Amino acid sequence: MASNKKYWKSVEELKGSSVVETLNKNEFVSDIATDDFLGDKETLESSSTTRRDFLKYVGFTTAAASLAACEGPVVKSIPYVVKPNDIIAGVADWYATSIADGYDFANVLIKTREGRPIQIMPNKEANGTTSARVQAAILSLYDEKLRLKEPTKNGEEISWGTADKEIALKLNDLKEAGKQVVLLTGTMASPSTDKIIAEFLAAHPNAKQVIYDAVSEDAAADAFKAVYGRRAIPNYKLQNAETIVSFGADFLGDFHGGFEKAYVAGRKPAAGKMSYHVQIESNMSLTGANADKRLVAKPSNVVFALLNLYKEITGDAVASSATPIDSEIKKLAKALKKAGSKGVVMTGINDVNAQLISLAINNFLNSEILDTDNSLNIRQGSFEQVQNVISDMKSGNVGGLLTVNIDPSYSLPNATEFTEALAKVDLKVALSVENNETVNAMEYALPSPHFLESWGDTQFSEGNFGLVQPTIQPLFKTRQIQDTLLKWSGSTTAYYDYLKDSWTANVLEGSSWNKALHNGFYSKKEATKTSTASAISVSKIASALKKNTTASEMELNLYTKTNLGDGKQANNPWLQEFPDPITRASWDNYLTMSMADARALGFENPVKDNGAINGDYAKVLVNGAAVVVPVMIQPGQANGSVGLSLGFGKTFGLKEEMQVGVNAYPLYTRGNNIQYNVAIEKVSGTHKFACTQVQKTIAGRHDILKVASLKEYNTVAPKDHKNGWNKPAYVSYDHQEVEAKTIDLWDEHNREMGHHFNLSIDLTSCTGCGACVVACHAENNVPVVGKNEVRVGRDMHWLRIDRYYSSEVETREEAKELGLSTAATYKGLETEAENPEVTFQPMMCQHCNHAPCETVCPVAATTHGRQGQNQMTYNRCVGTRYCANNCPYRVRRFNWFKYANNNEFDFHMNNEYGKMVLNPDVVVRARGVMEKCSMCIQMTQATILKAKKEGRPVDTDEFETACSTACTTGAMVFGDVNNKEDEVAALAEDKRAYHVLDYLQTKPNVVYQVKVVNTNEA
Amino acid sequence: MKSVALQSKLTTVLLKSLTILLFFAFSVSSYSQDMDENRQKEGRKLFRSLCASCHKLDKKLVGPALGGVEERRENSWLKSWIKNNAEFQKVNAEAAEASLYATTAMNAFPQLTDKNIDDILYYTTVGEIKKVPAPGETSIGGNVVSDGGAPSWVIYFLAGAIVVAFLMIAGLLKQVNELKGKKKPEIQSNLRRDLQELWAGLKKNTFLKVLGTIFALLMGAYIVFGMLFSVGVDQGYQPIQPIAFSHKIHSGENKIDCQYCHSSAKHSKHSGIPSVNVCMNCHMAIAEVAEGTEIEWNGQIYGKERLDREIAKVYDAAGWDPEELEYTGEEKPVKWVRIHNLPDLVYYNHAQHVTVGGIKCQKCHGPVEEMDEMYQYSPLTMGWCINCHRETNVDLKGNEYYAKIHDQLAKQYGVEKVTIAQLGGLECGKCHY
Repeated sequence: MASNKKYWKSVEELKGSSVVETLNKNEFVSDIATDDFLGDKETLESSSTTRRDFLKYVGFTTAAASLAACEGPVVKSIPYVVKPNDIIAGVADWYATSIADGYDFANVLIKTREGRPIQIMPNKEANGTTSARVQAAILSLYDEKLRLKEPTKNGEEISWGTADKEIALKLNDLKEAGKQVVLLTGTMASPSTDKIIAEFLAAHPNAKQVIYDAVSEDAAADAFKAVYGRRAIPNYKLQNAETIVSFGADFLGDFHGGFEKAYVAGRKPAAGKMSYHVQIESNMSLTGANADKRLVAKPSNVVFALLNLYKEITGDAVASSATPIDSEIKKLAKALKKAGSKGVVMTGINDVNAQLISLAINNFLNSEILDTDNSLNIRQGSFEQVQNVISDMKSGNVGGLLTVNIDPSYSLPNATEFTEALAKVDLKVALSVENNETVNAMEYALPSPHFLESWGDTQFSEGNFGLVQPTIQPLFKTRQIQDTLLKWSGSTTAYYDYLKDSWTANVLEGSSWNKALHNGFYSKKEATKTSTASAISVSKIASALKKNTTASEMELNLYTKTNLGDGKQANNPWLQEFPDPITRASWDNYLTMSMADARALGFENPVKDNGAINGDYAKVLVNGAAVVVPVMIQPGQANGSVGLSLGFGKTFGLKEEMQVGVNAYPLYTRGNNIQYNVAIEKVSGTHKFACTQVQKTIAGRHDILKVASLKEYNTVAPKDHKNGWNKPAYVSYDHQEVEAKTIDLWDEHNREMGHHFNLSIDLTSCTGCGACVVACHAENNVPVVGKNEVRVGRDMHWLRIDRYYSSEVETREEAKELGLSTAATYKGLETEAENPEVTFQPMMCQHCNHAPCETVCPVAATTHGRQGQNQMTYNRCVGTRYCANNCPYRVRRFNWFKYANNNEFDFHMNNEYGKMVLNPDVVVRARGVMEKCSMCIQMTQATILKAKKEGRPVDTDEFETACSTACTTGAMVFGDVNNKEDEVAALAEDKRAYHVLDYLQTKPNVVYQVKVVNTNEA
Repeated sequence: MKSVALQSKLTTVLLKSLTILLFFAFSVSSYSQDMDENRQKEGRKLFRSLCASCHKLDKKLVGPALGGVEERRENSWLKSWIKNNAEFQKVNAEAAEASLYATTAMNAFPQLTDKNIDDILYYTTVGEIKKVPAPGETSIGGNVVSDGGAPSWVIYFLAGAIVVAFLMIAGLLKQVNELKGKKKPEIQSNLRRDLQELWAGLKKNTFLKVLGTIFALLMGAYIVFGMLFSVGVDQGYQPIQPIAFSHKIHSGENKIDCQYCHSSAKHSKHSGIPSVNVCMNCHMAIAEVAEGTEIEWNGQIYGKERLDREIAKVYDAAGWDPEELEYTGEEKPVKWVRIHNLPDLVYYNHAQHVTVGGIKCQKCHGPVEEMDEMYQYSPLTMGWCINCHRETNVDLKGNEYYAKIHDQLAKQYGVEKVTIAQLGGLECGKCHY
């Protein structure tokens, strides 16, 4: 039965509206953007891939992928064809060598595994020390991005033979034409290389050597020459000092290094006395942070203060100006006079006259601390001579320029002038380990090996020599500079033979070469040079100094940071991620500004809700050069001064992630770290800092950090209930105040059997240098996470060094006495003082015997070992992060991402070369697991195994961790408390020993020693 | 690959048995030559102990090939030469010329009697006795490699469980029918009808349905669980190696100590695959295997010809020219396939077990001396490690390291024996870091 009823869906349809008609034909009124989604229609149509083909491909690849996943990977194992006798796969070999890269110099030990260097440690036998940079230098060896791989001419690869032939020909032409050839090198401090260069210069009489240091120490060297007749840098025997006065000399940070060991040796509270260290400076430096007393003065006032000190001590009326700290200087003069020959003045002012005044004061005091015989050779550059070379180049007088491991196109204040002047030079040859702007501007780029692939020697100071030996086969087609120069001088000797002969003849004094090579160093039995001071006219010098010091409203103090130094290792992710010891900012440089100046100029450092710090930009104008930098407000910065670090802002050839910070070298006019007449303007924009610590003060919680004065230490009982400086924690129990240790949530275990490890950290000896932080990275394969991750608090450092400023109100009790309201108390506790005292506290997993983290882990991934370690089992962890939340020390780190083989984290773990640095005994953690300090269990296990294999008990003090090995001041001591002879056993019972947050009774196995400062009270 | 291996093994066994049968059927005599067996034996013994380090019968080594040397030189000449060739050279021009053959002078053998020398020469003339394999010798050594997937006991267990389930169901069905008052089925029944009834009964009975489903689910879960647990467990893994190296020949027949080649096992975490120069210590003089040597490799039997080619591979890797007897310097590292792979997350140290623990290699690696082709003997799972740590006692007395802890244990607790586990060998952090 057919029906002709009409069914309608809407009145519109009934009416026969056009809208309905359209909708019937076309469901979507507007076109769906299929083309946008699928791409260009034409290409799509012309494509030979049909829909069916596409599906076939998808199906096939999916099937192939799943099939491939069924079979485990086939692992190849390729043994040597002929195995070297001294290499056993899986056993580390150590080599003694030296680093001398032109900026850092040290006696070091290299750990190699299967022929790959994986760690640098100080050669303690040679009194060697390592800084964060020296520790990290191992990663620069594997920098496949930046290292030169083969000889090139104008960017085209050529063979060494061709390069030699062409360059020799040109050198010969230049010799015949009598045109000047300049060999521009960094400081090598290598006696054998000096000899080779002398031979090269003899073979090419038209050539001369000019030494260029990016960060100049000209003044100190010139002043030394004026007084002692030879160009060198004075040395200091700080271990014997009673009073140390430093005018801006950052001798613990970047003042040509290596002084921390002697400095700390003179500051042991157990001896009952310590040196008294006063720092007068404008920037907050690492040395200033460690000083007993820190006087803040802007750079010009630092100079005048030095002159005033000279006046006070000698009584000579020399030209000077009054400064706000003159009364303090008077006291200082008294202290110095009292110390007499045990007193010393150091200065970091890069002005010959200031350096001369400082030498004059030391000579007046008859200072035994100033060591002029064993003077240092590690800064030989002359800024003036380099400038002369540039003007010669501009006038066309230089026919050939050979640069050796330097980058003036980046690090000269007039870098553009240099690069432009290069055009007028015929023969341009760069001998360099790494590619850089200068190398790029040269015609020939000849790769040299990294110091870990080289032979060589160094003479750090007059009596101390170091040998450099290769620890790996050269990775690229490199040739040593010395071999190249020997060849170009017409010699056929190999550098190794040359070096050996040179040492046998000039250095070894008859002792064995093999022994020296094994030890990596040689110390001359007697001082080779004696120095007698010649008289100088101080009044003239003082007048000149005063004239040169143009006190101005705003002054700039350029400095180098602990991580990047002069910028040589800017492509090193470990160093970039290393937080500055003072500001705790990583991946950046910035303008440090005092709190008062920042208020006046309108700069702020707001803390954002993600826990990160922001900053405003400032334009800094000096002598017509201008840079725009973010501002970091720095407590302890002198009013009227700003600080900016060199070494950042390098871009050429660097990975994008490493191109951070601002290049401050354009402001480094005349190679002087102090610049007067500085203008600062606030410019628009917000900078995002990556700070690892936002909290700045201890906020009155002195159960974290304990500090005592030397007087208190010597006179007051540490546990005295009222005045004690190391009081045990008290808690309320049944409304009674009882000692915290009497109550406990956990059951006690017997820990007397076998080993029980403790780590002692002496806050008096810790200078905050951070060598341990990088050593920990290298030992434990700690990943680098990059700036953005650090900014949001996802840094992975297993070991960090917390820095605390003291606040105006130190304790709650003090606030009560001052009658402050609760709000005012908290504000007072949290606001850092204008010139605060600074304390460093290395913080890592405390390995609590009663660990709160272990209690909350739902899968027992973190458990307690019999030997005291809190063990973290990565393969068991499911990533709940309960443990991190329950840890009172905030030392647990979560792997938010996969940090290895991931292009999002393009650091060393993302390329084949960088991965060679990984420690094969420690696993690389996966995403989603918690990790933390393991107390280097791989090292303690290795020590135990070694003893077992040799069938003997573990020796006294044989146990080590990476941080304790790297620590050259002896602040970190690791060992077995069950072996009563171990140093740590006594330290754990010391009267200075305390546990952080001891009222929680977590019973940590990391024990701290109360910091003692010498307030110079009677 | 594994199943292929099994199949080929089967074929080999069949072929071998066939060969033996043939032997018996035709009873071929191998003593077709007339030979004084005792003289040959005597001569062979002397040749092996005194001459073989420099001479072979059919090939040049340090000295010339000696097969049938009597055809080339007089017996008396040879005797003089062998007894003291240096003296002989002085009086005989021919001998002086012969001494130029090799760079190294031949030793003197004054201790040999004429009879001895004659025996040796007899041996060089007649050569080796062709050996007839005894019937029992053809059995294949080594363990049968278990197939991948579920272990065999699971299959047996499952089959048993299914049979039991069927019996139970049948019994229940019987009872149900009886309770329903139905007549007992006639005694003469056929299987087909029985099964049909069983199925029908099953379909009707909800309780049984539910029970069956639960059973099936549990069983399924069990199997899946077991399979998932065996993921990554490569027990029996036997990859094809680039060189057919037989541990059976080296370690079993020639009794070379494991640590002669795997020398780093006592020092290091790795046992170490020997470098080619270690192979060359012996193979410089051993260019071919003995007549009749056979190994079982990847399901096939490799005979002398093939094995000699394998030794040539070693020469190729080491850059050794077997003709000129010198190194060419063209080295090619051997790319072995690693059999025992532990995940990165575990730290294992050979030295701890070999040197300190004094454990035999075979404890974990199985009867290597019986394996032609190496395979993974142990599961290498954590449970397997842990079990051993629980069961093994630490020898506290042999090692000074344990002296202190032994004293403490003995004095405080009167304990003399402790297992590895009791000394902290079960702590996660001891192996995972």
